Amino acid sequence: MSINTNEMLKKLRSKQDLEALQKELISGRKSDKALIAVCNGTACHPYGCTQVIETFKQQISQQGLQDKTELRITGCHGLCEKGPVVVIQPGDIFYQQVKLNDVPEILHETISKGKIVDRLLHADPITGSKIVHRHEIPFYRKQKRTILGNNTEINPVKIDDYIAIGGYIALAKALLDMTPEQIIEEIKRSGLRGRGGAGFPTGAKWESCRHAPGDIKYVIVNADEGDPGAYANEGLLSGNPHSVLEGLIIGAYAIGAHRGYVYVRNEYPLALANITTALNQAQQLGLLGEKILGSGFNFNVQITRGGGAFVCGESTALMASLEGKVGEPRAKYVHTVGKGLWDRPSNLNNVETWANVPIIINKGADWYRTLGTDGSKGTKIFSLVGKINNTGLVEIPMGITLRDIIYDIGGGIREGKKFKAVQTGGPSGGCLPESLLDLQVDFDELTKAGSMMGSGGMIVMDETTCMVDIAKYFLTFLEEESCGKCVPCREGIKRMRQILDDITEGKGNEEDIDLLERLSATLIDSSLCALGSTAPNPVITTIRYFKDEYEAHIKEKRCPAGVCKALIHYYIVNEKCPGCGLCVKACPQEAITFMGKKQPVVLDESKCIKCGACYDICKLEAIGIK
Amino acid sequence: MNEKVNAIINKYNGDRSQLVSVLQDIQAEYYYLPKEALFQVSETMGIPASRVYDVATFFRAFSLEPRGKHLINVCLGTACHVRGAARILENIERSLTIQRGGTTKDRRFTLETVNCMGCCAVGPAVKIDGEYFGHMSTDKVDGVLAKFE
Repeated sequence: MSINTNEMLKKLRSKQDLEALQKELISGRKSDKALIAVCNGTACHPYGCTQVIETFKQQISQQGLQDKTELRITGCHGLCEKGPVVVIQPGDIFYQQVKLNDVPEILHETISKGKIVDRLLHADPITGSKIVHRHEIPFYRKQKRTILGNNTEINPVKIDDYIAIGGYIALAKALLDMTPEQIIEEIKRSGLRGRGGAGFPTGAKWESCRHAPGDIKYVIVNADEGDPGAYANEGLLSGNPHSVLEGLIIGAYAIGAHRGYVYVRNEYPLALANITTALNQAQQLGLLGEKILGSGFNFNVQITRGGGAFVCGESTALMASLEGKVGEPRAKYVHTVGKGLWDRPSNLNNVETWANVPIIINKGADWYRTLGTDGSKGTKIFSLVGKINNTGLVEIPMGITLRDIIYDIGGGIREGKKFKAVQTGGPSGGCLPESLLDLQVDFDELTKAGSMMGSGGMIVMDETTCMVDIAKYFLTFLEEESCGKCVPCREGIKRMRQILDDITEGKGNEEDIDLLERLSATLIDSSLCALGSTAPNPVITTIRYFKDEYEAHIKEKRCPAGVCKALIHYYIVNEKCPGCGLCVKACPQEAITFMGKKQPVVLDESKCIKCGACYDICKLEAIGIK
Repeated sequence: MNEKVNAIINKYNGDRSQLVSVLQDIQAEYYYLPKEALFQVSETMGIPASRVYDVATFFRAFSLEPRGKHLINVCLGTACHVRGAARILENIERSLTIQRGGTTKDRRFTLETVNCMGCCAVGPAVKIDGEYFGHMSTDKVDGVLAKFE
């Protein structure tokens, strides 16, 4: 049965209606069918998950298994490195890197005969042993997937799936059994802090907005996840859009808002499509609109797409953009909870913050407080990426260490290389060194170390990452994204980037580090918004923890990681080169000469443009970088 | 052009706060923002042309120049950067003899960069016309480009 396809669009007019529907849906789900959950998340798309799903559909009918199986197309499962991912229930059997021609075998062996296809199992990156069940995979074992976990239980475009797992029950409880004050008190007591970056207490924010004078108020979902290297919000919004919407409606009721906005990054087509579908379904079921679930509460939501400006993740800039203006921030002498969108009290929270709300209402603040540290309650979703074995979306209880995340969940550094740094908080955050790996991850500890939580990017770097280049990378990004309204940010970032350019080109001098530090202080003190005042963080932390690399660039004109083009050159490792000639063909400059079979090739450095084509194509490590 | 642009404006009931969405839809239709369309938006929606221009040039997603048949997005997000995205970009630039932001003479490709597409785990990533290519390397570039006539 599906609400989306038949006449089941009857509006829910009471809590009883919702509970009856839920009961019906649950009994519909209880069957002896095997369940095949295939990931259709954005990161599985480059692996061809769409074709895998199509093949499953065809093969299920071809093998006559329609009565024995149910195919569920889900959002992101988390272990994106090994996509496309398929999970089979009962048994919690986890198959990874599933190709088109694996599909008939999965159906034939596992579904029909109950046998495991060994080849498709996950191998522990450290021990190499094969693991059958998902919950036994180290990547999942140390996580606490209270929010992301439901991604695998539902098809994000089916509201009946969400209702069947208890969706919108928290909304019914909030609207019909609780007063707005009680909800705010519950959220305050839970200790929930904003997941967008700075970690402002959510309950206190809601309370200020509720108490702000004015009849018209707005609530906003900030889904303009602009941090490069972070897709935690994407995975949540595309994988479980109703959880965000449910949180938003509860918040709107608590605050006294009757209109909401979801501001989605346009670079996330799947998240945009799925939240749009979710919104329409909620409207059809009467979970949005007039007198929701028979209460006296009216609420409507509109979706707006971002235009690809990083600064629009900042609340005042986002609201300006919502008004159809250029996304420039303003000074926050008056907070947006007092005067925000169209000068009305406006409460903006991040996607993940909203998704936490139904859980707190359902399970209670006391339960929620059992997760996390003194100052940071609950869990946090990170996009664990970079030079790590198990890249993907992870959700951890606050307070576990960076080491736990990188080694136990992430499976350590790729290709046996050495860990150098982990970057959190996006362009506003910092790079933390190996000596801080035992730091407990929460809002306050990360800030103390000079970084920040941010919206959840966690980029792991190894010995082949140059820290000066990383600082330059972030400043180049911020220079482009600075809106230009205030001078310290517009000119300061540019000047700092120029200094870093010089250092990476071997033109740095000894005063540069001092100058970078002084410019950083100016930006922190005088920028209009957080984009400028946090922009120096990548520079400050790399100077603090990796000063030796700056000094190698400045004093020795050397890039220890072998990244900065002006300071490196490529060479042929003669002992390893079999003279296969692959690099000769790859070189666009004809700088490499073939010398005959089993003879190492010869590289003419005067012709080399350091494009790296030879380095990429050689799998024998016969191209070196000095 | 008149009617298509009007249809887009009507879709949003001429709501001025929806200017960014209107421009996005126009760009989806024409692959860029034609000058005439911007003036029409200004007139029909009652927004000064300077404001429309302001918004159209502020957001990265908009282009005032005609673009090629295929749009290449090279991801330069941090995760892709540490896995060598800059080299992929340089390689495509060299292969097509255009710089980022440019369009090939035959209008076959426009090359743009983006700061994260939400598939960091498979970086370096490139997207062409909505099709994602993960784990890119310099030796894959020509093969991928050849798929798009």
